[in-house]
Amino acid sequence: MATAAAPAVPAALGSGRLTTRRRLHPAVGFLLIVAVLVVLWEAAKWLAGDPWRYDSFLGTGIAIDHRPPFRIVPFNDINLPHVWDIVAALFGTDARGQTLLQVLIGAGLFTLRNAALGFAIGALVGLGLAIVIVHIRLLERALVPLLVVSQTIPIIAIAPLIVIGLRADWLGVAVVTSYLTFFPVTIAGIRGMRAYDPRAYELLTSYAAGRRTILWKLRLPASTAYLFTAFKVGATGSIVGAIVGELPSGITQGLARQILTAMQYYTLAPGKLWAAVVVASIFGIGVFLLVTLVERQVLRGARPVESGAEA
Amino acid sequence: MTAAPVVELAGVSKRFGGSAGAVDALSGIDLRIGRGEFVSLIGPSGCGKSTLLRIVGDLIAPTSGSVTVNGKTAAQARLDRDYGMVFQVPVLFDWRTVQKNVELPLEIIGMPKPERAAKASSMLALVELSAFAGHRPWQLSGGMQQRVAIARALALDPAILLMDEPFGALDEMTRERMNLELLRIWERTGTTVIFVTHSIPEAVFLSTRVVVMSARPGRITHVVDVDLPRERNVDTREMERYFELVTEVREALRAGEGPPADGDPASGRVRAEGLSG
Amino acid sequence: MSVALAEPPRRSAAAWVGSGIRDWLPAAVLFAGFLVCWEVLVAVFQIKQFILPGPLAIAAAWRAELPALWAATTYTLTEILAGLGIGVIAGILAGVVTARFATLRDSFLPFAIAANSVPIIAFAPIFNNWFGIANPLSKAMIAAVLCFFPVMINTVRGLRNVDPAALELMRSYAAGEWDVFRRVRVPNALPFIFTALRLATTLATIGAVVGEYFGAPKVSLGQYVATAFGYLSVENAWAAIVFTAAIGITLYLLVVLLERLVMPWYNARAEVT
Repeated sequence: MATAAAPAVPAALGSGRLTTRRRLHPAVGFLLIVAVLVVLWEAAKWLAGDPWRYDSFLGTGIAIDHRPPFRIVPFNDINLPHVWDIVAALFGTDARGQTLLQVLIGAGLFTLRNAALGFAIGALVGLGLAIVIVHIRLLERALVPLLVVSQTIPIIAIAPLIVIGLRADWLGVAVVTSYLTFFPVTIAGIRGMRAYDPRAYELLTSYAAGRRTILWKLRLPASTAYLFTAFKVGATGSIVGAIVGELPSGITQGLARQILTAMQYYTLAPGKLWAAVVVASIFGIGVFLLVTLVERQVLRGARPVESGAEA
Repeated sequence: MTAAPVVELAGVSKRFGGSAGAVDALSGIDLRIGRGEFVSLIGPSGCGKSTLLRIVGDLIAPTSGSVTVNGKTAAQARLDRDYGMVFQVPVLFDWRTVQKNVELPLEIIGMPKPERAAKASSMLALVELSAFAGHRPWQLSGGMQQRVAIARALALDPAILLMDEPFGALDEMTRERMNLELLRIWERTGTTVIFVTHSIPEAVFLSTRVVVMSARPGRITHVVDVDLPRERNVDTREMERYFELVTEVREALRAGEGPPADGDPASGRVRAEGLSG
Repeated sequence: MSVALAEPPRRSAAAWVGSGIRDWLPAAVLFAGFLVCWEVLVAVFQIKQFILPGPLAIAAAWRAELPALWAATTYTLTEILAGLGIGVIAGILAGVVTARFATLRDSFLPFAIAANSVPIIAFAPIFNNWFGIANPLSKAMIAAVLCFFPVMINTVRGLRNVDPAALELMRSYAAGEWDVFRRVRVPNALPFIFTALRLATTLATIGAVVGEYFGAPKVSLGQYVATAFGYLSVENAWAAIVFTAAIGITLYLLVVLLERLVMPWYNARAEVT
């Protein structure tokens, strides 16, 4: 947009609305959708899954003997376990008396530490690359294609090399994670740092502002929208990166080990893999909320945009 | 006032914010503006002149009081597209050429393509930017961008033009040139103009009346009739009467929290104090 | 104050080619340098073939295995393209809908986040069971799931991160929501969406290939790599990875090209900044 500073009027009034809509609390909406999903899930299984045979359905004493009218393979008990089976798997205890949920969360926190480190490295490297590339056109033409290529090489091929080569397991995992998280930040950074108003650039150069001033006062503020979106992608992806990094290493305390075990025993206990999926998702959501919180702090006092732009 | 006023504000007030941190931006504004007038609103920063302009344009709702534009409510006037607005920043769309930017309001009202193009071209000719129709906004200087914004604001042939410090970001010389441009356009189109500024020379040079507002909460403290000849040009800025009026306005501004005056032009001008000659 | 800039001159075809070569030369030079270093390191440190082969060994394997590699590539390519299409379209649709309805956005966002936080190894077996291991759709869906989240949140941000001054302008024209959407929000969102598309190309490539790693017909790149690693013919595995990279970068370039076509103003402005 060919605009410079915000108008003098408080921005809340500058928006199109004269009144505000009432919103359903986010948690309520989410739970509503989960409820709808559960209903649809079980309805699909009722109509086309495996037979339902319970002497005492969920302990209520009601006996169920139902044969679904249709048969769709993806809806059988192995591919789409009953919701209560997944919940049961989560709260089933192992030999040491811990519920699967506790085990998974413990493993998740372990993985999260490495993921956080990897994400931090990836974000810094990504941003650094973006800054360098934006200032030196030649480097952009030279580097960006190679960076893209780097992202198309299956990390599964390189992860063993990195993890074994670096000796320290946690460092190997962090590097693998950063490998997966730097790219979105670089691409977003390059785009964002060019998204400022050219008139503001002109103004600063008329003050003989040096490159560093322009970087701090113009390019970086202009790129926050793009960068924080990239951070959200990168932060949630860092969990995946850390798990992938753990795979070839000897690490057993993380989520990778849990998922591998669940995968091996999938046909026996499909609920366990789904339980792992649920826990990984919860961690992802938590990380996302964290980044959103940070974003709100950092962007406090910046030009207000419509609510919901934080997505 | 012989003819019916085009804009009439009665007892308009505006309060922002909740009970704790409430801010009274405007208080008891009464103003009547006749057809074809050029009225400037001038006052210290934060006196609510931009707010007042936005209330006239139905971009903000007043807390109390009534606003009548062209005999309708402000909301209806906005829906009927009776006015055009030029903001402090040009607000042009980078993804459109200059020509397409001017066509924006015409697209919104659903004007067919050939008519749109013709109308936009004539507007660009009016602001003397026809040669740049195919350019992009960032290729133009600040003054030129504002001219495009003015062309766009006039595209719907509005009865009223609302301008919020449109030349504030420009340097002095460009600003004086833009003032002449604006007057030329005003004479050609005969639009009623409400012009917000904090430049006293600009207000006097452009207007038929200058409305002076006090600091927050904004009230109209004085109204100055500008009786300079209708044909204004570079020489006007050197007339003695011009300097007298500028001083009048300046003194009125400095007087600040004087007893509020109503905006009826018939109530007479403020007498300049301590002027020689 | 600056004077108006002149229109950028139109280029001739020869100038286009010339600038194309000039654009690519630095990357080619850097890459060549990288390959040379790699070969030298492998030779100097006597790195075993089955740990990390040098570029020359990989080139030899590439030539020897070309027919098999090419067949695998075409198979995997269909999965990647399908996954890209599904993921991007779903992401944009979800973005458009949730940008408009705040409640939906808050409720649906956690699911989208989940799609990005769950590793392929967790849902690859699930998708294989759902769609069938031999069915390319299973891998396409993996690719689609990976693309979905970045596309969706970039779409939402682009549609909502609009200058309030522009919204005020549209309100002064009594413009309806649809007008604001197509004339302001969509053009504003395009740079964000194309950023996401660039990511999506690499994600879809990886998604399909890694998904195949966990179970797919033999004639697929992922299985080729897995089998080659299994037989310790690492140079063959890397030869296949070369194809993966080739697919990824080609798709990326197609997106860049598409961007130039759809948003010609964007790059012209970028030249100035």
